[in-house]
Amino acid sequence: MSKDPHNPDYDPADDPKVKTLSDAPGDVPNQLPPETATISFHQRLERNATLLLIASFAVVTVGGIVEIAPLFWLENTIEDVEGMRPYSPLELAGREIYVREGCYTCHSQMIRPMRDEVERYGHYSLAAESMYDHPHQWGSKRTGPDLARIGGRYSDEWHVDHLSDPQSVVPESVMPKYAFLADTRLNGAHIEDLLSAHRSVGVPYTEDMVIAARADFLVQTNPTGDIDGLLERYPGAQVRNFDGLPGTSEMDALIAYLQMLGTLVDFSTFTPDPDR
Amino acid sequence: MTDKKRIDDETGTETTGHNWDGIEELNTPLPRWWLWTFYATIVWGIIYTILYPAWPLVSGTTRGILDWTTRGEVAAQIEAVNLSNAEMTQSLIEVDLGVLERNEALHRFAVSAGAAVFRTNCSQCHGAGAAGVQAAGYPNLLDDAWLWGGQITDIADTVRHGIRSEDDPATRWSAMPAFGEMLSEEEIAALTTHVRSLSGLEEADPQGATLFADQCASCHGDEGTGDRTLGAPDLTDAIWLYGGTTEDVTYTIENARFGVMPPWGERLGEAQVRAVAAYVHGLGGGEAQVGTTD
Repeated sequence: MSKDPHNPDYDPADDPKVKTLSDAPGDVPNQLPPETATISFHQRLERNATLLLIASFAVVTVGGIVEIAPLFWLENTIEDVEGMRPYSPLELAGREIYVREGCYTCHSQMIRPMRDEVERYGHYSLAAESMYDHPHQWGSKRTGPDLARIGGRYSDEWHVDHLSDPQSVVPESVMPKYAFLADTRLNGAHIEDLLSAHRSVGVPYTEDMVIAARADFLVQTNPTGDIDGLLERYPGAQVRNFDGLPGTSEMDALIAYLQMLGTLVDFSTFTPDPDR
Repeated sequence: MTDKKRIDDETGTETTGHNWDGIEELNTPLPRWWLWTFYATIVWGIIYTILYPAWPLVSGTTRGILDWTTRGEVAAQIEAVNLSNAEMTQSLIEVDLGVLERNEALHRFAVSAGAAVFRTNCSQCHGAGAAGVQAAGYPNLLDDAWLWGGQITDIADTVRHGIRSEDDPATRWSAMPAFGEMLSEEEIAALTTHVRSLSGLEEADPQGATLFADQCASCHGDEGTGDRTLGAPDLTDAIWLYGGTTEDVTYTIENARFGVMPPWGERLGEAQVRAVAAYVHGLGGGEAQVGTTD
């Protein structure tokens, strides 16, 4: 008698592996436990990969449905504030440089509604103030200060000095040098495409704005140019030679962007709705 | 498999009753403290959504019975601080700045508040120690050389409206012409020598002196002592805004250099403007108010 098939004494009748239901009418092996009825529903999920995937996804989605989806219909998500306008082409280019250089990894653009932040940086940020940001630059880390209301705080010359060599004006700063921004000239060759891209994700750039983008881009660093159209399309746009150098450089674009950050909403006339 | 739940001999723990090919599963319960904490968090979660804004509805969210909002809280906190300082702040806004120092308690309040304002808003250009950035055009506020005046009211005015700011029509304004296009290299060299001679760095240069009288004296004064109504620096005091070497002075004459300071009146409010003026005035170089007597 042996259960080893290679053994001459092997008898299949002794081998449980070849036992079938018909072989053992009185003694069914691997009988299901008595709770079987209550867990069979879950077993069905566990034994069907597709069903398990769909069900897992549904469970995970609940969080999103509760927390994210309502933002698309709740009326108090983004309040109407006066003064918000899409970025001018030069500011938008500056914003691209801001994103390219990864400024958001050390600087946030989100003044939280807390007293210490409001005292230091100014009025807390409103959702409307980043409604034309794709993607938003709220950030999550403040190695450097928040920049949501940096606009107008410092002179253009300071920004040039500071971007070129941060330690020359703030000795304790750990910010890297960005002097090379002044070396790269911009001619606005693809600025229409940039505006179109932002328009395609919902920024209300008009056809007129896209057509005039390049002219607007170039004229914003030239105070003696024809700036009426620019100011009509982008009210309050600051027109200056931001970096003090001839032509339009990446430095110009970035400073133009920084100098308008947080300046569009007039907080002397804005009354926050306390219910939001 | 026919096993029911039973006590396992080896461990003394109850089994779940599951048995696969003789392998049984022990039913080790979660620790009681853990389980009760878990239930407590669920209960707390429900209470929290009742107390605070939580559930999204058709057009808004539930308000919560505490009627709490983030904005309401920050407004209340700011209001509380303002209220606690209201008396001092109001006195500071109303006081005649020229005689602020006579009111010791108010002066101390202003200087302390001003120091905080300075650290937050001014130190980026003028330095954490207020020594400015030498040779880069950010003035040192510790010395007694003032471009636009060193009385406390002058300082407050500068802070309020800024210097050469496009955002404030009342800003202090002047612009030195770039002489690089108007004078020859030789003339500029002579002028540089003369300017440096004013503070004893070089011997006098007669040609430079003539040029200075023609081109520069209208703002910087016949003696080169400057004019505070125009923000024209005193050139005789050996204090240099953009450096005093021959190269620096030559560059300044050729290209004209002057700084821009943003207006802070709207951003800070009158009380903080006065506070920071009191702080800067007290750093060492502050001048006594003209027209007040002790």
